Amino acid sequence: MHGPTTPSLAIRCAGLTKRYESRTGPVDAVNGLDLDVRTGECFGLLGPNGAGKTTTIEILEGLLSPTAGDVEVLGMRWGRDQDDLRQRIGISLQETRFAEKLTVAETLNLFRSFYRAGIEPAAAMEQVSLTEKAKAWVGKLSGGQRQRLAVACALVGDPELLFLDEPTTGLDPQSRRQLWEIIRGLRARGRTVMITTHYMDEAERLCDRVAVVDYGKVIALGAPADLISRLGGEHVVEFAVNGGGPGVDASGGIDEKTLLTLPAVSSVRIEATGVALTVTEPHLAIPGLLQKLQSESLELARLTTRHVSLEDVFVTLTGRHLRDDQTSST
Amino acid sequence: MTRHHPLEQLLICRLREFFREPEAIFWVYGFPVLLAIGLGIAFREKPPDMVRVDVDRTQAAAADRVLASLSARSGFLVEEHTAEECAARLRMGRTDITVVPGDGYQYVYDRSRPESVLARVRVDDALQRAAGRQDPVGTGDKLVTQPGSRYIDFLIPGLLGMNLMGGGLWGIGFVTVDMRVRKLLKRLVATPMRKTDFLISMIGSRMIFGLPEIILLLAAGTLLFQVMVRGSLLAVLFISMLGAVSFSGLGLLVACRAQKIETVSGLMNLVMLPMWLLSGIFFSSERFPAAAQPFIQALPLTMLNEALRAVILEGATLVSQLGRLGGLAAWGFVSFVLALRWFRWS
Repeated sequence: MHGPTTPSLAIRCAGLTKRYESRTGPVDAVNGLDLDVRTGECFGLLGPNGAGKTTTIEILEGLLSPTAGDVEVLGMRWGRDQDDLRQRIGISLQETRFAEKLTVAETLNLFRSFYRAGIEPAAAMEQVSLTEKAKAWVGKLSGGQRQRLAVACALVGDPELLFLDEPTTGLDPQSRRQLWEIIRGLRARGRTVMITTHYMDEAERLCDRVAVVDYGKVIALGAPADLISRLGGEHVVEFAVNGGGPGVDASGGIDEKTLLTLPAVSSVRIEATGVALTVTEPHLAIPGLLQKLQSESLELARLTTRHVSLEDVFVTLTGRHLRDDQTSST
Repeated sequence: MTRHHPLEQLLICRLREFFREPEAIFWVYGFPVLLAIGLGIAFREKPPDMVRVDVDRTQAAAADRVLASLSARSGFLVEEHTAEECAARLRMGRTDITVVPGDGYQYVYDRSRPESVLARVRVDDALQRAAGRQDPVGTGDKLVTQPGSRYIDFLIPGLLGMNLMGGGLWGIGFVTVDMRVRKLLKRLVATPMRKTDFLISMIGSRMIFGLPEIILLLAAGTLLFQVMVRGSLLAVLFISMLGAVSFSGLGLLVACRAQKIETVSGLMNLVMLPMWLLSGIFFSSERFPAAAQPFIQALPLTMLNEALRAVILEGATLVSQLGRLGGLAAWGFVSFVLALRWFRWS
């Protein structure tokens, strides 16, 4: 048995496994996942579609039961403390289509009635900037407004812990930023927030810590800045040379080993469309690179530099892009 | 600010959603009344139809005599045709009977058609009298038409029952599956909402929608067709409400696991079809063989229809219908308990 739980943990789960039976045999959507979420932090589950993020969060929310593993939420357990837990957490599912013919205020009144304690529906509307839409039918709201309503429904019970499953998926940039502001505001008020996302910029901007999830496992865990610094450099220099074609990759025949000998380069990734160098100091790496290309009589087609992102972390760890699945399916 | 009870909120929201949906209002309230009016007119009391008779003109002289004898009396529409034409017209239902004159008369008709059987009696009677038959005993007719014995009187309670069944099953089943598809059910169980509150609110909302429906149909029957409620009006309302509750329980059960609207539609039809046919909506369920009666009488719609007819047409008391009402309540209760146990929220 476990000893008394550290009070500073909002979520603790160990060895989480969820197995589904499919036509091709059993599939482990979650495969031995361990997580600790600290009270008061904004924690992100980052990963590509199908990585097991939603399955994980729904187990934590008590909506799915795990095949194996141990889950503790706010020091309590699903099954035993169901009613108490429901009173103290707020949930926004990946996709909920609320009743179209109810108004925003009516929907919030309904959800508020389920909780013993909470905030006024008007206050929840205020927090998500929907006050003007109080009397509008849900069916008339835009995508961003609906998503904000979903968050408001999660807020009316004044939860200690909030679960937001892909709150910004499918939203326009402005609506995404609006939701980020709301989530930052929640964190500032001391709420613990757990969000899932497949947008790395979102995770970088919002989360104190992220767990990068792939094939139902945590493959990296830490503050976004830490994960990035683990790559050994802060910057990425991307380039491609002219004359690339079938059989010749974008590096123009310069191999990985040679590139690694360039000044300030800490890692190399050669792909069909270009080469990405992780570098500590671009002002040393770029002249070195240009000199090398000149000596090989190669012509530069493209050269860009940017900061390392969680995307690079993911690609380095898995060899795949976070949104590979999406680009290949469209 | 006073807090509303969750059950109250759930009910209010259901009612708002319903009354903001104009199509739903028509199907629940307008359609049944239109159906009652249509059927009432189609089956209104009227003098017996003319008997349609064809005469086979193979033997022309004899055929003309038959034509003359029948035309001399009222109530016959007589035509002469060739043998082939007569056979074809009989087959198509354009005539009720064919008379083939020869050595006496031969009547050609289908015994399974009631109007043909009637036609045979009347044609034979007319031809025998024309040939000089004398009736040994004098007889006379006294005609009566009483509200209560007409088809519309039989129909209105059946329509009430049919609506309560349809409303309960469609109303609850569709809404439930739609909420499941929208993941709204999943969102609701992610709150501290009590599951029984939700299910009770669904049933409660059906009772509230059902009330105007019952009153409208009874009012249409009374005002347009002079259908009389011989028993207590309160008893009719009570039975109807019990029907609404029971069928919403059944609706919840049918919809408790379906993931798609198509699935639930199929299940609804599967459940309702036997009752549409067997439970005495448009014609009495007593027409079915005795061996099937125990099954038919155990169907919830049969219980509801028979109880409604007993009170509306015969003035029976609630107590006398206790058996049927108990059976109806049992259907609802068992369905509700099973629905609660098997209900799929996501």
